[in-house]
Parts: sequence; C-alpha cells; structure tokens
Amino acid sequence: MSQSHIVKVYDDELKNLDRLIAEMGGQVEHILSDSVQSLVQYDSTLAKAVVADDKKIDALEIDIDAQATRLLALRQPMAADLRTIIASLRISNDLERMGDHAKNISKRVDTLTQVPLLSPMGKSIERMSKLVETMINQVLNAYIERDVPQALSVIQQDEDVDLLYTSLFREILTYMMEDPRNITACTHFLFIAKNIERIGDHATNIAEQVYYVVEAKQYDDGHINLDQSTSVVVPPKQES
Amino acid sequence: MVNLMTVQQVVSKPMAFDGTPKIIARDVCVSYGDRQVLHNINLDIPQRRVTALIGPSGCGKTTFLRCINRMNDLISICKVTGTIMMDSADVYHADVDVEVLRRRIGMVFQKPNPFPKSIYENVAYGIKLHGLSIDKADLDARVEKSLRRAGLWDEVSDRLDSPGTGLSGGQQQRLCIARAIAIEPDVILMDEPCSALDPIATARIEELIHELKEKFTIIIVTHSMQQAARVSDYTAFFHLGDLVEQGETEILFTNPKDERTESYITGRIG
Repeated sequence: MSQSHIVKVYDDELKNLDRLIAEMGGQVEHILSDSVQSLVQYDSTLAKAVVADDKKIDALEIDIDAQATRLLALRQPMAADLRTIIASLRISNDLERMGDHAKNISKRVDTLTQVPLLSPMGKSIERMSKLVETMINQVLNAYIERDVPQALSVIQQDEDVDLLYTSLFREILTYMMEDPRNITACTHFLFIAKNIERIGDHATNIAEQVYYVVEAKQYDDGHINLDQSTSVVVPPKQES
Repeated sequence: MVNLMTVQQVVSKPMAFDGTPKIIARDVCVSYGDRQVLHNINLDIPQRRVTALIGPSGCGKTTFLRCINRMNDLISICKVTGTIMMDSADVYHADVDVEVLRRRIGMVFQKPNPFPKSIYENVAYGIKLHGLSIDKADLDARVEKSLRRAGLWDEVSDRLDSPGTGLSGGQQQRLCIARAIAIEPDVILMDEPCSALDPIATARIEELIHELKEKFTIIIVTHSMQQAARVSDYTAFFHLGDLVEQGETEILFTNPKDERTESYITGRIG
C-alpha cells in the first residue's frame, strides 16, 4: 500500500521489519553458499565460520520475533499490516531453519575429510545448491517487492530441486553399491543433499507467505512434490 | 402501506430469525440545509445481529443511525429522503407514530444519561409510560429482568432507591441499557456507548452487547475499530457521506475490498 500511516513511526517499524527479513535472508543465502564451498573444497576453517555465522541468523530471528510481538501489542494492526507481521514471524522461522540446515552441511566437512574422496558428488551437490541459492535470492526480492508472480516462480523452481534430489539419491546409492568403503561418505552426502532439499522447501514456504500478504488468502495450488527418493529401491540380486 | 408501528403487532412479531433483514435502507440522503451529509445509502441490517457503523469523524455514521429512529426529525434544517423500512413498514410513513417507533427502536448515547431519579425509577419509567405492566409485582419483575439482562442487578439490587446518577460511569451506561431494553424494543441503537468508559467498563458493555444480540437487533456506532471488530457481526464503513463498504466484520477487517476501507482500518486516513 502506497499511502503512509498517520502515525509515521508505525511505518518506520513496519519497514524495519522488512529490513530485518531482508538482512536475515541475505545471511542465509551467504551461509548456504559458504557451507557448500566448505564441503567441495574440504575447507574446515570455512566450515567453522559457517557454524559461527548461523548464530547471527538465530539472533536475527529473536530480533524479528520481538519487533513483531511489539507491533502486535502496540499497534493492533489490521488487514495488510497484520498479514505482514504474521508473515514476518513465519518467514523468520523458515529462515532460521534454513540456517540450521546449512550449518548441518558444514558440520559434516571434518568427518568427510577422513574418508575416501568422492569428488563427483561435490559437483552434484554444488549444482543443487546453486539452484536453491537462486530460489532464496528471488523469494526475498519477491517479499520485499510484494511480487506474487516472482514468488510463484520460486515455487515452480522447487520442482527442479526435488527432481535433482531424486537423481542425486540414486547416484549416491550406486556409489555405495560399487564399493562398501564409500558408505560412510555417501551416508553423509545423503544427509547433505536432504538438507539442501529442505532449504528449498523452506524457500517455497516463504513464497507462500508473499502470496498470503498480497492476496489475503493462504496459498493452495496442489503443489506436487517431485521428490521420489522415498520410493527408490535397490533390487535384490537374483539367485541363479 | 400497513402501519406496523402499533403495540399489538410488536407483541405478536415473529421471533425466529428468518434471514430477512430487520431494517432496509434505500437511497437514503440527508442534508442539513444546503449541505448534503449522506449520499444514497443502501444498507440492510440483519435481524438479531450486531451491525457496526465505522468511519472517520464527520463521515455521517451517527447521522445515519439517527435516521433509523427519526431522531433527525428534531433538527429543523435536517432533510431526509429515500426509504428506511423496518419489518417491511416505512419508518418515514405519514401514519407512523414516532413515539411508538422509538419504543421499538431504543437508543443508548455516548455519555450515560440516567434520569435524575432512583435506579428503580430509571428503568420503570418507560415501562409505566408505555403501559406495559399490569400491576406493581409485574413492574418489579420487569425492572429486575431488565437490570439482570444489563448485567447490573447484582451490583444494585440492594440500593434500587438510590439515585441513578450516583453510580459509576460504566454502571450508569448499563443502567441506560437496562432502561432501553425495559420497554422491549426490537432494535437498539448505540452511539459510541463506550467512549466515556474505562477499559473494564467497556469490556462489560461489549460482553453485554454479545448477550443482547440473542434478543435484539443492535446497531452500534463506534470510533474504536478494535471494538467494532470484537463485537459486531456485520460492519459498514462510511466515508465523507458515502457508504463505502459493508459486509461480514471478519472479512471487512481482514480483507477489505475498497482501498479507502483498507486505508482507514490500517490507520492511513482519519
């Protein structure tokens, strides 16, 4: 809404809430990129930095929570203002989870340096992560601009992430079948791939909040989850 | 036109809510001299529900409220056109007895205005005036019932002879509500009934409104949007003499269709 509030400080407070979301989102984008880099480069210093950066994200969530609660108590917001505040609470919650998933990736770096190298895996993970980073970037822009078409496009992109995750799941299974010594690394890679896939899911949650703020109704389109890893099986060897 | 404004028909009115509006306003225009303050208001007031009229000062909401029981008749320069129908009878029809009309449409004002009489007399006055009670015992019973409905009985039952003006602001307002409901109206008009009250007295009145809507059709003018959102089932938003938007309260406050409504309820125009 273009018009300003009669109470100007209320406008400032709402803007500040948007600014905090943007800042938190930027941190999440950055932490995901760093965590995947720490993984592909086996860089444990960077991995430790990621764990530390996640604390900043947690602090921002607490800050947003406090600001939103204060606005609810003091301003009795209505209509679009109320939705903005409710959405900021939900979005900060999603962003905090995304930060945790990124941190989990980095926590595995030290372990992975101690097992046989699986370089092709790193490339696949990186490709998936790049897709998710683009989603995060776009969904934050969509939120700041209150741009519903852009938010819907993020929801679309999550389908690509799901497909990539399924194919990665199959790839990891093949490595394990090839050589049991790969199992340790592969198990960690499985969790890493799942972490990234979850981050994508949270990005779509945020996209749904953009829709909610603008359209005043909850998003429901029957979004199809294309993650088929739940039904992937390795067929048992046939006795001859 | 059948004149329904007789006591006989008031008593025999159908009690069940049949989904038809209690009051229907069509093309209501109001002018004070040359100045038109309401433009073509079309509004349905549902039976036994609370309808809130909201809008910035000077938007015409109180003027509209006062049209319903013809309080504007008292202002010589005020001219009302269009129709207001209650139970399919024209409120402005020449045959309508305004006194009877106002018996059917009670009113509670911004500032509590008890008569300078005892608590008992405040409530009994209207009942006696309209000849509603058969004997003293019936009158006592009606006074008690009204005070109970207004949630005041327990606080005043032991001092019914003390002056009504000696009560606290919130109690005085509930006394005025008891006085209004004592004569068993169909509709109660409330013109900012809580604006002179503290938050606790306000909450009591809001709770009372919630209980009263089982029996009465309530129309409330309020400056507090939170109050409108809390107590009403339907809300009508007035702005500069126009009825901008009307509908279910829940929808009007969460997803208004008109930009002016959104601006007003979110605190952008006033």
